Formats: sequence, C-alpha cells, structure tokens
Amino acid sequence: MKRVLSRLGLRSIALAYLAVILVGPLLIVFWRTFQDASAAWDALTTPETIHAFKLTLIITAIAVPVNTVFGIVCALAIVRKRFWGKGLLNAFIDLPLALSPVVVGLALFLLYGDDGWFGGWLSEHGIQVLFALPAMVIATIFVSLPFVAREVVPTLREIGDDQEQAAFTLGASGWQTFWRITLPSIRWAVIYGVILTTARCLGEYGAVAVVSGRLQGETETATLRVQERWEAFDVAGAYAISIVLAMIAILVLVAMTAIRPKEERA
Amino acid sequence: MSILVRNVSKRFGDFVALDDVSLDVESGALTALLGPSGSGKSTLLRIVAGLETADAGEILLAGKDATALAPQKRNVGFVFQHYAAFKHMTVRENVAFGLKVRKRPKAEIADRVDELLNLVQLQNFGHRYPVQLSGGQRQRMGLARALAPEPQVLLLDEPFGALDARVRAELREWLRQLHDVVHVTTVFVTHDQDEAMEISDQIAVINHGKLEQVGSPRELYDEPATEFVMTFVGDAQPLGDVLVRPHDLELSAEPIDGAVEAMIVRVTLLGRDAKVELHDTSGAEIVALMTRADFDDAGFWRGQNVWLSPRHERVFESA
Repeated sequence: MKRVLSRLGLRSIALAYLAVILVGPLLIVFWRTFQDASAAWDALTTPETIHAFKLTLIITAIAVPVNTVFGIVCALAIVRKRFWGKGLLNAFIDLPLALSPVVVGLALFLLYGDDGWFGGWLSEHGIQVLFALPAMVIATIFVSLPFVAREVVPTLREIGDDQEQAAFTLGASGWQTFWRITLPSIRWAVIYGVILTTARCLGEYGAVAVVSGRLQGETETATLRVQERWEAFDVAGAYAISIVLAMIAILVLVAMTAIRPKEERA
Repeated sequence: MSILVRNVSKRFGDFVALDDVSLDVESGALTALLGPSGSGKSTLLRIVAGLETADAGEILLAGKDATALAPQKRNVGFVFQHYAAFKHMTVRENVAFGLKVRKRPKAEIADRVDELLNLVQLQNFGHRYPVQLSGGQRQRMGLARALAPEPQVLLLDEPFGALDARVRAELREWLRQLHDVVHVTTVFVTHDQDEAMEISDQIAVINHGKLEQVGSPRELYDEPATEFVMTFVGDAQPLGDVLVRPHDLELSAEPIDGAVEAMIVRVTLLGRDAKVELHDTSGAEIVALMTRADFDDAGFWRGQNVWLSPRHERVFESA
C-alpha cells in the first residue's frame, strides 16, 4: 500500500510539473487563438506570413538532408575509424548544443560580414550571404548539426562491425555494405535523428535572427514573424503563427513516439 | 586451394599477437588452428581472410600473393563465432547476400539458396529472421551464407564456441561430414583440443603468438614437439624429470629400480576405464589411467603403495 502511494506520489509530481511548465502555456496559446478564429485565419493568410512559413520550410528542407548525411558520415568516422583528431571531432559535434545560437549568429557575421574573413571576397564576386538565404541556411545547419550523429553513434557501437565484416568477406564493396547492411541496421536511429533535426530547424530563432536582417516578406522565418507580430501589437497574429509551429512540433512528437517502439525492437 | 602463411607478425600496441608465423595449409584438407585464448589463432585466421593486415610477412592463396588484397577479392568464406547474422534479413536473404552483390541472375540465386538450405537442413526456415533461430541454426545459416558464393577457402572462427555442449558435439560431427561432401579447403579456430582432434586432418598448435607444431592429430599426440603441445593436446603430468600421459603409467605392486613410489589415494571407475589418483612421497598428485580389466587383475586397493614407471615418456628442454 505504501509502495502504491509513493508511486502515485511520484507520478503526480511528474505530471504536475509537466502540466505547469509545458502543457499550461501551450493550452493558453491554443485557447487565445481560437477565441477569435477568424482574426487568426486572417493573420495566417497574409502574404508576409505565408512567405515566412515557406522560408522556414525551404531552410529546413536544405538543412535536414545536409545534416543527415553529415551526421551519418561523422558517426561512422567516430565509431569505425581511427584517426588523429577523433576525440576533437567527437567533442566539437556537441558544440552547437552548448553554444548559444546568438553567438553562432555573431560568429557568422564575423566570417561573412563585409569586414569578415570571407565577406570581402564574396561581395567582390557578387555573392550575398548575410541578410539572405545562404547565411540563414548556414546558421540553421550549425545549430541542428549534432542530432543525427548523436542518435547514430550509440546504435553503431551497439551493432558492432561483425555484420559489415561478414559482408566484406561475401564480396560486398564498402558502398554495397553501407546501403545493404549498415544503413538498414541504423535506420531507426537515423529517422529519430532526422525528426529531432527537423524540429530544431523549424524552431530556430536566435542565430537566424542575427544573420537574417529580418526583412519582412524576404528574410523573415516563421519564428521571426511571431516576434515581429508580437512587437507590432498584433497579438492574434503572433498566436496564430505560434499555433501552427506548435502543431508541427506536436506532430513531430507523435511521429517520434510512434517510431520509438520499433526502434527498440530492432 | 592451398594457403601459405610466410613469416607473419602482428602487434596490437605492445601486445604481440603473432610472432613470425609460417604455415602451409593443404589444399582440400580440414585444418584446425588450436591454442589457448589470446594465443593469436583468431588473428591469424582474420589475416588470412583480409579482415586484419599483418605488420610483416605474406599470405599466398593458391600460390598468388594476397597480402595486400581486400577481403572482397580473396574469395574466402568466413564464419563468425557470434554468427554475424544480418538481422534485418530473412535466412534466405542472408544466404543469398554473397550472390546478390555479385549480381547473379535471380533464378540462379534461388536455386543455389535452395540447395544450400537443404545442405544445412534449414529448408523450412527460409522465411524466418535470425532472432527466430536457435544458436545452432544461426551458425548453420552462417555456414550456408559463407558457402553460397563457392569460396576457395572456408574459414571458421571458433564456430561452435557460443553453443552448448550437446549442440557443439552435433555440429562438429556435422561439419566433418559437410567437409567430406563439399571438399573446400577449410581452416577453423578452436581452443578445444577434443574438437580439433576429432574432426581435423591437420592441426596447427599456436601459443603466445608462435606456432608450436603442425601435424596430424596422431602426430601431435604421439610425437609432441614441445612441452606445451604435450600438455595442451591430451593430458600430461610430470613424473620425476619426465612428462608422461596418465594411460602411459605402469603400476607395479612390487618395488622396481628407478620407479617412483606413490600411494593410491582414490580410485574412480569410469565405465571401461579406471582412474587411479596417487600421491608420491613428496605429496605431488599423479593420475594414472588403466583399463578396468587390468585394474581388476592387479587387485589394487586404496592406501596401497605402488611403483610407477612410464611406458612412454618425453623430456623437453625447458623453454
């Protein structure tokens, strides 16, 4: 009986914590939005807002595949290869988790600004990086970099290299072995990492805020648009965009939960 | 196809896994690499397969230098101790893998897979996944998978090491029969001297990265080249200054010149054999094996003092 009580106690503490910290604010956002649904709909269908969502999707569509490939390559290098600087690579992959996105944005400014290392050369050749899509993509790639590698590394360690060696002795090339043996073995870790990366890309604010210039209808992503609407006292608009972002996040979470048991079975 | 190992050495950091090993493996024979764990026998097998590279020395397969050849190009079949089953593939897909990557026609692959599944008695398990098989079945699948591309050499790394004793004995017998049918040059690694003695044509004994002796099971047993081989292949014990096997001890109830005096402390009847445990005058334990008939005729009893003389003994220069 005591044990049941203590279990119930723990459970209620955990649930109460989640309710106050996570679910409460989310519900309030939903509630405020649907109080005036037509205003919300109007705010969502302005050309600037539609452009902001498009831009967010474009950046995500570039950053996620790039980081998926990079993440798998890095994980393979960390687990399967021996090379000088491996420990450094392993540590550096986590850097974006530790570093504030604003700092990342400022660093990009120093690199690609007119006085930056690459900035002069780039502007001479008529390539606009800052205040344009390239810088926003680079910033997003930077902050969403660790997720695929961090998911794949432990899975690769766990499966070992027996199966890959067996494939080699059976005549499979490195490329064939990767596609037919390694990738199928780590597929759930990759998918899980892709989902986390996607969520991070959709929600990125700080680094993109610094490098984008926040030009409405040009370099404004969905998260930047929320902030802009809020500052313009368009509360309904800010909530409406937030709701769409929150629903995407919830979809991502649902997808993750649906996949997880399969991953554990594999 | 013959395998020639020429002066191969391999280190892992400070650990010397192989020290100047040379070995000829007869074409078509079943050869055992026998040694205690950590002796370097698995490393040697993996170097032959191309899964490790030697620091020095050469590997010749069918007379051709294969030292720098990738494992894909060596045409060897490899069977792993822990099966290395492709977990996301069915048994059929596992066995077909080596043929698929060679882009053989589908019909040919299907026929060959059927043939191999019959050979390893897994014809009713083709659509199962490896997790749905027992250890013995997984290893038979591993063998079928390795044989599918018709390798010139079959290499098995402690193939039965992860299995329980009964399945081990069964599979060992079955490997011997399989080898008599397929006739592919086969090398298997084992630390179990019974396993090596029972099924191989030729045994190479390895200890501390060095090759101790190569020969038929009979040669190793009857004419061990080193003290290590004598003690590792079959039982042996010191008697005075010599090494002697338990069944090579003659027991006499009467004193004999030069014989070792000992007292019988325990007798165990093992079916048709009698195991007699003795203590010599210094208290050292000695074991003698004799047939029940000899034991009963002699009428030895516990507590009796007897005189031991070896029928065959060996003296090795101490290493």
